[in-house]
Amino acid sequence: MAFTAQRDSRPTLQRTIRDSARSLARLITTPLSPGDYLDLFLPLRAGAPLRGRVVAVRPETEDATTVTILTGRGWRGHLPGQYLRIGVDVDGVRLWRSYSITSPPTRHDRLISITVRAIPDGVVSNHILRQLTPGTLLMLDQAVGFFTQPDPLPAKVLFLTAGSGLTPVMGMLRSYRFPDAVLVHSAPTPERMMFREELHRMVADGRLTLVERFTDDAGVLPAGEVGTVVPDWRKRQTWACGPAPLLNDAEQHWAEAGIADRLHVERFHVQLVVEGAGGEAHFTRSDVRTHGEAAEPLLDAGEDAGVLMPSGCRMGICFGCVAPLTDGSVRDLRTGDIVTATSDEAVLIQTCVSAAAGSCSIDL
Amino acid sequence: MALPNTLTSSLARLRPARGGHRLSTTRPKAPAPTYASGKPNPLAHLSPDQIERIGAELDEIRQEVLDSRGERDANYIRRLIRVQRSLELVSRTVLLFSKYWPAWVVGTTGLSLSKILENMEIGHNVLHGQWDWMRDPKVHSTSWQWDMASPSAQWQQAHNVQHHTFTNVLGKDEDLGFNILRVDPAQKWEPGNLVQPLTNLLNAVFFQYGVAIHDLGTPALKRGERDRATYLADLRTMLKKAGRHAFRDYVAHPAVSGPSAVPTLLANATANLVRNLWAHTVIFCGHLPSGVETFEVEAIDDETRGEWYVRQMLGSGNISGGPMMHLMTGNLSYQIEHHLFPDLPSNRYAEVAPRVQALMERYGLRYVSGPLYKQAASAWGKVFRYSLPNRGQRRATLRRLARRVLPRVRVPESRMLPA
Repeated sequence: MAFTAQRDSRPTLQRTIRDSARSLARLITTPLSPGDYLDLFLPLRAGAPLRGRVVAVRPETEDATTVTILTGRGWRGHLPGQYLRIGVDVDGVRLWRSYSITSPPTRHDRLISITVRAIPDGVVSNHILRQLTPGTLLMLDQAVGFFTQPDPLPAKVLFLTAGSGLTPVMGMLRSYRFPDAVLVHSAPTPERMMFREELHRMVADGRLTLVERFTDDAGVLPAGEVGTVVPDWRKRQTWACGPAPLLNDAEQHWAEAGIADRLHVERFHVQLVVEGAGGEAHFTRSDVRTHGEAAEPLLDAGEDAGVLMPSGCRMGICFGCVAPLTDGSVRDLRTGDIVTATSDEAVLIQTCVSAAAGSCSIDL
Repeated sequence: MALPNTLTSSLARLRPARGGHRLSTTRPKAPAPTYASGKPNPLAHLSPDQIERIGAELDEIRQEVLDSRGERDANYIRRLIRVQRSLELVSRTVLLFSKYWPAWVVGTTGLSLSKILENMEIGHNVLHGQWDWMRDPKVHSTSWQWDMASPSAQWQQAHNVQHHTFTNVLGKDEDLGFNILRVDPAQKWEPGNLVQPLTNLLNAVFFQYGVAIHDLGTPALKRGERDRATYLADLRTMLKKAGRHAFRDYVAHPAVSGPSAVPTLLANATANLVRNLWAHTVIFCGHLPSGVETFEVEAIDDETRGEWYVRQMLGSGNISGGPMMHLMTGNLSYQIEHHLFPDLPSNRYAEVAPRVQALMERYGLRYVSGPLYKQAASAWGKVFRYSLPNRGQRRATLRRLARRVLPRVRVPESRMLPA
């Protein structure tokens, strides 16, 4: 018979039973899936879209808080220094942001923690600080990122951080016992420096050399002056994380010293939105670029440029023209509101009532 | 940052009327007292300024709801989805023992209610995009599938695009009498209309299949407006979905019920029937009861947003009742508000309704509303009334028919007896 050749994939009795049970379950739950019903009771089960439940929210400083999350069974763990995307419902709207994991990896429980600092006007960070309560379900993605330690650990390391750039480094310091580690950290004031007590305990234990710099008094330490506080900085593998000016400065200084390969940098993605009237619309799948006028629906701009645009009522009621905005900003022509996609999340927009506000990319 | 209000209050005025946006940029014309056919124009007593002011006032109401949309609304739909799915799960479980009659009664009642909630307040409204703003891919108009034979995308095209854009425009709105009934004196009478009360009853009993067939857009295919290949692909998709659902209700669940197989099958058939009759009745009351206006194609030439709003208000009728009535009708009891703001969350229609009613009364527009039995009776009345040709044209219609039929029954000469 034809399938005897594929003996390896021949179904075992067990597998046959399991597969039949699954297709029966799908049949009796159509048009939904069995998972949609299991989600009622077991949102964190294996096989569910990855979610997490907030188990604790603990203030760290006046403007930073640590959230402990029980991850779903599908969680594959993380390496110290990695971050994950978290989907939080703020005012009913699901918003995704990335946060570094500050807890050490554990084998048995599925708890992770993140530490979030409120940024002024930050919708998600302020929500997490002021509204998030234990029991809340969050959407999660698996941990990612290359801001991690090699195996074996380097003999000498330097961490150069500022503000919330400390969070991935905290994950590393809590997870590893470095033979020789120096942390140069800038914070506005001693009170607003997160993890300060814990870092001082590590210093007392002889695990860490800590150089604190309080920027309200002294300004951020220029990378060029790192030699004044860490004389052997050239011999150290360095991990730097913080605001863009600090990292740019560091990259230049390390490159000038000819040791760019010893510097590892983590940038928190900063989205600079240029909100203009009209702008370039890029239809990425069709690879068409066209100019969209301030009051011209992207649907028209796309159609005029020959893009196969889904469309419907052309007046904002039928949602037949919805497409993902993957980058940039558009303006809702009905309200004047600006809708912006970030690198973390595409936003579905109605192209018939949205116009380019600066340059924007549409996944069509 | 927002554009100045005068610019944004109506998108219509921002756009030139070329092939793009359907709503025109011009100010409304002074409404003609009658259409070319002689049918009175329901907008006749309004001045262009009044029409524009109505548009601006409704835009304002819409904006207020948008501005206050948030967690409370999100919790409402999520809780409702949980309640409906739990109810379905419990009912189906109880039906496993439906050979005992109390289990049959409880399970069938629960499943009927669950199917109604799923179709009306959840499915219909999610597929309208009312909850897209939550950015939850599981509760989104682009991903939702409902417990109806008509696949979501096909229903969205027929309902959201055709019906909501061309509401009650004779010859354009294919939902007007579902395209199988004659419900307006301006529609041409055909002999088939004689049996339309029966047709409508059958449509009510098999409503989910009626909707699915309607959404295929067969008339558009016949007019050559629809590509044959996509029509056939849609047909296959629909048949596959309808087949899966029928298999679920009439084979899979009965099989799982073992000794209760036959009672389970009957329970599922009953639940589908109850849902069909209910959905048909509610939808039937949306645009047909007396007092609801119909429009001629001229109404949508260069239609402005204000004119579109007025047409939606006059072309819809509400059902009065308590909170339970509104929930079970999927808030289509607020048909007028739904047609004005089809993408606002349905749980907010109740709070805008008094303002819409006050506005309509201020402008001398009739806010049609009544209890379910009255609206249904009124709509059924039309089905009976227009099953016959218009009064005064009956003789002419008979003559027209006779001319069409008689030549066919003329006795061939060869059969004539020799003189």
